[in-house]
Parts: sequence; structure tokens; C-alpha cells
Amino acid sequence: MQSNVKQSPSLFKSALSRIVSDKLSLIALIVVGIYFFVAFLVSIGVLAADWGKEVAASYAEPSSLVWFGADIFGRSVFVKVIKATETAVMLGIVVSMISMFIGAGLGMLAGFFGGLVDEIIVWFYTTVSSIPGIMLLVAIAFILGKGTTSVFLSLGLTSWVGLCRIIRAEVMKHKDREYVQAANALGASNSRKLLKHILPNVSHLLIINFTQTFDSAIKAEVILSFLGLSVVGRPSWGGMIDDAKLELGRGVWWQLGAATMAMFFIVLAFNVLGDALRDALDPKLKGK
Amino acid sequence: MNIYSYVLRRLLYTIPVLLGVCLIIFVLFNLVAPDPAFILLGKHATQIQIDQLHHELGLDRSFIVQYFDIVKSSFTFDFGYSWATKQNIYEMIKNGAGPSLSITGPLFIISNIVAISLALLVAFYRGKLIDKVMLIVSIGGMSIPSLAVVLFGQYYFGYKLGWFEISGYERGFPGFVPYVILPVILYTFISFGADTRFYRTVILDEVYQDYVRTARSKGLNEMVIMFKHVLKNSMIPILTNIIIQIPTLILGLLFAESFFSIPGLGSMTINAINNSDFPVIKAMTILSALGFMLFGIITDVAYTMVDPRMRLK
Repeated sequence: MQSNVKQSPSLFKSALSRIVSDKLSLIALIVVGIYFFVAFLVSIGVLAADWGKEVAASYAEPSSLVWFGADIFGRSVFVKVIKATETAVMLGIVVSMISMFIGAGLGMLAGFFGGLVDEIIVWFYTTVSSIPGIMLLVAIAFILGKGTTSVFLSLGLTSWVGLCRIIRAEVMKHKDREYVQAANALGASNSRKLLKHILPNVSHLLIINFTQTFDSAIKAEVILSFLGLSVVGRPSWGGMIDDAKLELGRGVWWQLGAATMAMFFIVLAFNVLGDALRDALDPKLKGK
Repeated sequence: MNIYSYVLRRLLYTIPVLLGVCLIIFVLFNLVAPDPAFILLGKHATQIQIDQLHHELGLDRSFIVQYFDIVKSSFTFDFGYSWATKQNIYEMIKNGAGPSLSITGPLFIISNIVAISLALLVAFYRGKLIDKVMLIVSIGGMSIPSLAVVLFGQYYFGYKLGWFEISGYERGFPGFVPYVILPVILYTFISFGADTRFYRTVILDEVYQDYVRTARSKGLNEMVIMFKHVLKNSMIPILTNIIIQIPTLILGLLFAESFFSIPGLGSMTINAINNSDFPVIKAMTILSALGFMLFGIITDVAYTMVDPRMRLK
């Protein structure tokens, strides 16, 4: 039988078309794309592989030869910023993944099973969230010591509570809906109901959360750099901004300027994109 | 459910949460952290010295006892002595609270007034040019790393133009004023973007409610609707957001303080991190968690008192 009902576009499809049709969000999407592409090129060694090379005098001013000047060791600030893009994108992705895994995982368990499981998980995130984020971040980073892994872990372990709360509340709403009852009637197991039926219906929250966590991870890295707890052996925007503590007094502003600009555009783009995604993906606002 | 049993229940719930906070601190500092003997004695300590130190710090006792030491300190506020300065931590905190408050107090008041006024303005002119400009300015401001704002502000306004003191502090009322002006301005700039946008969303949530349409159809003018109806109803989330900031007033501005050499709790914490001063970090973590919990309860109770809908839950 041929159906006359026109299939309505899926949430993600209509969200994507909304974002692409809005000029500002489209630009934001392109900016994010460029950063990710640059990070990819750096990671396969096409770009900025020689970031450690001395190309000019120490603290050489910006010129046509060295675009953004040089740092204390005569390394090109421009190439460092490019190399640090890889660090930032990697950091954003890994931290968001960790926070998503913990936050969504615990949130789904709590919301779906309720009872004692819920009590314990709620107790756990209430506990974590009653320690001010910055204190917990600093304490964990400090305990784990210097190094890239430690930065990933400390940021990931401190940024999942918000997502966990939202997912829990949302799963609680969904678990008694008809479609879950239908799955139940068909004999679906709990894990199937959760992963196959409920998860797709809350997945838009994960995407919105990704943009927020990505942003806050990059920003928090600056704080860790300031404390000397950030990544080692590779340049990061936070580290470059932190270097400016000693440089500004001599009038060396280019490292601060370049790293801030690099950070500014991706954080801005993710901010805009996050807002656009929230508007586009929130089914309650659909069609408005 | 009446308000007293609600408060009582909330207070009782802080006990497991506080025990949890202590558990996190215990796991981090007593289990995962490297042996403090290496930090305090260096690499070439003998086993006897290490054992002696463990005994002094109470690390040779069972984990349960060590855990309950932390729990006990959160009730008695007896956090012991700093490893770095050998001072009593309680005294250190008492000394640091004043300077911290002298910067966070004015910042709290000024930044909230700025954010709420701006939010009312843009909500009133929503969709107009000023709203769009403010949106760009707020998101732009949010996207600049705070450290960069502080460094630039210190360099430009303090050093280049010489308008403000770059850093330093003087105790006592008129004395501290010149030193806190620049940090207050810079941190108002850092926080206004997110706050303004939050308050704007809160206010706009109300603007599209049915009661506003009713008020409008009665022929009330926009100003009355905005200030009498909308602002009143959006006051709940606004107040929540304000009250929840209060514990951070006591915690101090972690980074601003050490940047502007203000001897408050923030600098104390940063110094403790730089010196691996476990007891001070532990004490500050417990204190700030207590502050968060206490004001969390106050917020929720205030919520229940002003919003009858919440009382049934």
C-alpha cells in the first residue's frame, strides 16, 4: 500500500538544514571545521611539524618573515599557535568524551532504574557538585601531576555533572512513554530499551553538551597552565598566554595576542553553534 | 509539607553529602596522592625519617581513622598546621578572609547590578539593534580567556596608562580601595557576558507566558508589564543565581588574588598548590564545599518560600 503521508524530516536533518540556512551558525560551523581540519593536518605531520625550530632572534617582533613574532627561544609564534590547535582540539574532544561517557552513563542508569541506583548516583553527583568546580579541578590535576593524560582526566572528571542531571531527568520522563512500553511489550531487554530506544531520543542533549564542554575545557586549560599543571612537551594556548606574565613587561605582546585570538574564534564559534543547536534540536521549540 | 520539615530534611541530607566530600578528599589526598614524605623530606630521606614523619602526620594509622580525621575537621574547623608556613590553618583563613571579601564583595554587588540592568534593557528591546549588539558583545566577552583579560588589563590600564595600582594590598578600609578597583573592573567584564545572557533568558522565558498576554490585552503599558509582572516572576531564578554566588565570595577569587598580590584566601590556595601544602588545600576544599551546601539550602528554602508551586514537591 502506498502511503500518502509525507515523511517528516528527522530531528537531526531538520536541525542541520536550519543551521546551514542561518548565516551566522553556518559561519560558526565553518570556523569549527577549519580548526578541526588544521588540527588534523598537524596531527598527521603536514603542518607545524617543525614548531620547535629556531627561526628568528629571541622575542623577534612580528614582521613579514615571522608573522606573529618569536618567543623566548626564537620559535615562530604563528607555528606554535598552529601546533597548539591540535592540542586544543584533542583536549576538547577527549574531555567531552570522558564527560559524556560518565555523565550520560550515570544519568541514564539513575533515570531508568530509579530506586537505590538513583539514590546513590544522585548522592554521588550532589557530592561532586558541592565541591566548587575549580577547587576540584585544581585538586585532581595537582594529585595526578603534570602531563597530558592528567589534564584530560582532571578536566573530564570535573565536567560531567551537568549532563548527568539533564540526562537523568530526561530519561525519567521518557521511560514511561508509549514507545518504551511498546518495546517492553515486545520483550526488549533493559539495555536494549535504554540504548536502542531511549538514547536516540535524548542524544540531542549530548551534542549540545559537547559544544559546551569543548569550550570550557579549552578555557580551563589556561587556568591549569597558570598553575603549571598543564600539558608538557607541546605548546598550548594556555601555556602561551601564561608565558605573557613575564613577557608583557618587556612589551612582548604577540604571544598573548596570537594565542588569545586563536582561542577567541573557536570558543566564539562553539558558543554560537551551541546556541543554534539548542534552538534547532530542542523538539519543544521545533517549528517556532 | 511545611517549611520546617523541609529545612530539616535538607539539613539531614547534607550529612551524607559532607561524608561524600570527605571521602573524595580522602581518596585524592590520602590514597592517590604521592607520599607526602617525598614532598616534605626530599629524595634522600632515610626510612627512619620517613616512618617518623608518617607517624607525625598520622599516616601510619588505619584508613578509617584517617578518614574520620577529615570528617572531624569539617565539624571542628581544626585543620591543623600548614606544611609550608607552619601556621595554624584556621588563623590563616581568618586572616585571608578580610582581603578576599574586600575584593569579592564590591565585585559581587557591581557585577550583578550591571548584569541585571543590561539584561532588563536587552529584554525590553528584544530583537532590536541594541539587543543584537549586546549579544555580540556578551558572547565576544565570554570567548576571551579570563587570564588574557587580566594580563592585558594589568599591562594596559595599570602599567601603560598608570590609572590603577597594578598589584599590592593594604589592610584597612580606605587603604585597600585603590588596589581593588582594577580587579573589580576586569572581573565585571569577565563575568558580565554569561550573567547578562542568563538573566536575559530568564526574563524572556516569562515574557511569553500567558499572564503577560493577559496583562497586555488588559491594555497595560509595556513598562508596567516589564517591571511589575515580568521582573517579579523572573526574580526567583535571578535570586537563585545571586545567592549561589555568595560562597565564592568567601572562597575568594582564586587567580585574580595571586595576580594582583592580594593576600586573600585565593592566593593562599594557589600558594598551597605551588608548595604541595596538602592540609591547606584540604581545608579550603572542605570549607568551600560547606559554603556551597549551606547556600544551596538557603537558595532552595528561599525558593519554596516565594514560589508556592515548589512546596508540594
